[in-house]
Amino acid sequence: MRSPAGLSFEAISCLRGNRLLFEDLSFALGPGAALMIRGPNGAGKSSLLRIAGGLLAPAAGRVVRSGDMAFTSEAAALDERLPLADALHFWARIDGRGRNDVDRGLEAMGLGPLDQVPVRMLSTGQRRRAALARVIAGKAAIWLLDEPANGLDTASLDRLAAAMTAHRAEGGIVLAASHQPLGLDDPQELAL
Amino acid sequence: MRALALIVRRDLALSFAGGGAMMPLIFFLLVATLFPFAVGPDAALLGRVGGGALWMAALLAALLPVDRLIEPDARAGILDQYVVRGISDEAVAGAKILAHWLGFGPPLMLAALPAAALLKLDGATVMRLEAGLALGTPGLAALAVATSALTAGLRGAGALAGLVMLPLAVPLLIFGAGGLGVQGHGALKLLAASSLLLLAGAPFAAGAALRAGRD
Repeated sequence: MRSPAGLSFEAISCLRGNRLLFEDLSFALGPGAALMIRGPNGAGKSSLLRIAGGLLAPAAGRVVRSGDMAFTSEAAALDERLPLADALHFWARIDGRGRNDVDRGLEAMGLGPLDQVPVRMLSTGQRRRAALARVIAGKAAIWLLDEPANGLDTASLDRLAAAMTAHRAEGGIVLAASHQPLGLDDPQELAL
Repeated sequence: MRALALIVRRDLALSFAGGGAMMPLIFFLLVATLFPFAVGPDAALLGRVGGGALWMAALLAALLPVDRLIEPDARAGILDQYVVRGISDEAVAGAKILAHWLGFGPPLMLAALPAAALLKLDGATVMRLEAGLALGTPGLAALAVATSALTAGLRGAGALAGLVMLPLAVPLLIFGAGGLGVQGHGALKLLAASSLLLLAGAPFAAGAALRAGRD
């Protein structure tokens, strides 16, 4: 059994260029927690997620993580020439998962019928769903979702909400930045 | 380790699938074909300068794929995904160097055989050329990945890559071409040393460049 998931920011400040986006930001998320980050464009939502994921060093403060992470952003990070299932399988294997996990992810995002379609043929929304399928297949404890609802249709939004609910029920953490409601049950909110 | 093996496999598959792995080889053979036209069909002269010309061609062939080693993965968010999974930038760079060498070094050594025939190199020189390429191409691959990481995302990255990489490759060229002579053993040892130095340093230089590039 893995140790309980945890993600906390301790007095984090973020400096981009010469602009201070936020400072002295602290929060702690335990198993099953969800935090929605809101704020206007350029407020630092993506930077916050990148700091959480270790992609960006904070100007000050410390991030404490317990558990592995999955991250989605604008970029799908899937090989364009490969069929969708194979492109996802590459990441599943890096995460120590198998084909069945990929299938589960595809199923959860309603991409089952597209599993043999090359990634380059997918539409914007389908790519976004594919990236979410990667997150689901990876079974990581901490989900970092940057605008996961962009380009998703209503049915896909419901699928995303269901996937996040299931993830939290298993003790996972969701940290999401979004303009629109994601259908999270009783999330904590943070306005930047 | 498993993740790194997967990265090597993916990069290798990608370089062959895109046909990109063939480009440096075709370039290398093209130079070997054109060189006799430029200096004339004097077999003795070709035999004397041909080995050096092939080293030049190998160096320039190593420069060709530099814009494709890092930049596409950085743009597609694949490097970000490695970082989030806790794989260090240095390890990713190391895996990319290995994958690039596998797709570049051995095929180049194969292509050197017909190229040497075109330039009328004698058997002993061909052996020394192959030994030199075996020792030097890992260094070239390391340099290519480090340069690629440094220039990823910049405008005019291709031209800049040449300016960054070629001066650093001078030791490989000098010792590689020096190793072609009859008494070239000392030069081959120095070639191996330069190659090792590049191999040891490149993952760290590339890793630092990748980290800096994320800001």
